[in-house]
Amino acid sequence: MDKLTIADKTFTSRLFTGSGKFASNQTMQDTITASGSELVTVALKRVDVKTGVDDMLQHLNIPGVHLLPNTSGVRNAKEAVFAAQLAREALGTNWLKLEIHPDPKYLLPDGEETLKACTELAKLGFVVLPYIHADPVLCKKLEDVGAAAVMPLGSPIGSNQGIKTREFIQIIVEQSNVPVIVDAGIGVPSHAAEAMELGADAVLVNTAIAVADDPIQMGRAFKMAVEAGRMARLSGPGAVRVKAEASSPLTSFLNEM
Amino acid sequence: MSFKQVHQQYNWDEVQNSILQKNSSDVERALQSAAPTLEDFKALISPAAEPYLEQMAQKSHQLTLKRFGKTMQMYIPLYLSNECANGCIYCGFNCKNKINRVTLSKEEILQEAAIIKEMGFEHVLLVTGEHPKACGIDYISEVVDLLRDSFANISVEIAPMDVPDYERMQQKGLNTVYIYQETYNKARYPIYHPKGKKSDFNYRLETPDRLGEAEIHRIGVGCLLGLEDWRTDTFFTALHLNYLEQKYWKTKYSISFPRLRPHAGSFEPNSIVNDKQLVQLICAYRIFNQELEISLSTRENPVFRNNMVKLGVTSMSAGSKTEPGGYANPDKELKQFEVSDSRSSAEVSQMIIAQGYEAVWKDWDACFTV
Repeated sequence: MDKLTIADKTFTSRLFTGSGKFASNQTMQDTITASGSELVTVALKRVDVKTGVDDMLQHLNIPGVHLLPNTSGVRNAKEAVFAAQLAREALGTNWLKLEIHPDPKYLLPDGEETLKACTELAKLGFVVLPYIHADPVLCKKLEDVGAAAVMPLGSPIGSNQGIKTREFIQIIVEQSNVPVIVDAGIGVPSHAAEAMELGADAVLVNTAIAVADDPIQMGRAFKMAVEAGRMARLSGPGAVRVKAEASSPLTSFLNEM
Repeated sequence: MSFKQVHQQYNWDEVQNSILQKNSSDVERALQSAAPTLEDFKALISPAAEPYLEQMAQKSHQLTLKRFGKTMQMYIPLYLSNECANGCIYCGFNCKNKINRVTLSKEEILQEAAIIKEMGFEHVLLVTGEHPKACGIDYISEVVDLLRDSFANISVEIAPMDVPDYERMQQKGLNTVYIYQETYNKARYPIYHPKGKKSDFNYRLETPDRLGEAEIHRIGVGCLLGLEDWRTDTFFTALHLNYLEQKYWKTKYSISFPRLRPHAGSFEPNSIVNDKQLVQLICAYRIFNQELEISLSTRENPVFRNNMVKLGVTSMSAGSKTEPGGYANPDKELKQFEVSDSRSSAEVSQMIIAQGYEAVWKDWDACFTV
């Protein structure tokens, strides 16, 4: 499959994963390995950065896997910038999934604060991947201030509802000059394939894999779905037709004139 | 407007009757709803829902799994003081009880903290009686300063305060405040709380409003099971939660269901909630509110707790001591109540892991308060 480049890194896999909600760190490690994912988000609030000995981080030390620290838990741009600096220091990476959701119920992103934080973090040298609504204008603004990619949501995080923002994702894909990663709401592999067919450059999946009865097998299933979706996109699928094409066209007489 | 005005619009007896009148079709509608209402919640806690307990448990399990994954947040209480100016008739710290009163010094607190850190805890719940002089705002502020660098997440269960005090504590790194109304039955509240500042029903009722205004990250609410009719009281708790979520939308919410435990003094519970009913209640809350943190303390016994891991609970204490200084010097001072689950934190976390869940020790960082 064709490779994906974001900032300074090139990925063979277009499936990004999360590290939350797993039954154990061992299951998480085995699942990520099986999924082939090369970029894994990790919540700063979950890791022990003080002692330097953290079981989750040890299990994320997988060859070929890069960490993508996230700012989950912050409520505004100021807190996000502070958390980002701490994450960079603690985890040794300037990559950041910027997520600011002041609403703890649906965890919906705050576009205004995200734009503010992204502006500042990009200036500070971070590779910022902001999690946002499927808002095409906001995506362009984020691109303008230096976001390395944009991460519009498919539906509310953890909801498994699939790509409910389809029409807007299509516009974002069409307009974007940075990679588009569909994040949040992907519940089953067919949703991931759908996002890839729409032209997303990658997808990020956590809950659907972590809470499956067999997360390892589900990780593999997502790997295949993402590859299939990408291949389909590159193959140029035929247009959707409501009716069968008439075998005796009404205008064929023109050819004979 | 505060919750006081909302509360005034409801009549206790009417609410109780309407819960008792719910029937099986109300329960089925509630179970099928994608967004259950307060009326649906009434059906789920009604006697009519008892035959649907297994269905409720299945739904609660699925919803909890989706939101929280296979995880259980671990926390531990740290009792700082048993001094109290209130006379709550059901509580061991009641000012009339002739017991030795203790408020831990900084050295003693650090000793306790070192022991619970050794047990693995990163989330600590500081508990005091309600005594403005012995353990008021200045004392608590100092303790938060003292412990901020040792723990990722600090919660308190202390006397209610005013907005500026909560703001000050929030800025110091306090994450969560638990404030239990005990009972929402205003007419009967004074019987249980005859003395001290806690006898002011409305001041307590409006405390979560003050917490919301102070933008405390998380607010814990609840009523004490064993005082008044549990169905009616837990409906009012749900009403309170609903109100708070709509108004203070940046705040997280937590609930717990303390059942009265044996303690010093002679109060006998007026309303017994049996195990089956407590399961019904926890499942009803999960179905009603998918994002709510539900915690279960060591008031409950090991068998019950083991079985609740998968049914909606998201947070558990373990290895708890309910007397000040109890970790360094067990069984010396008076406990608030006897724990039912005396297993160590290692035993409880092993039990959680054995069920295919991860015991989460850290899910916050003091750096988020800047």
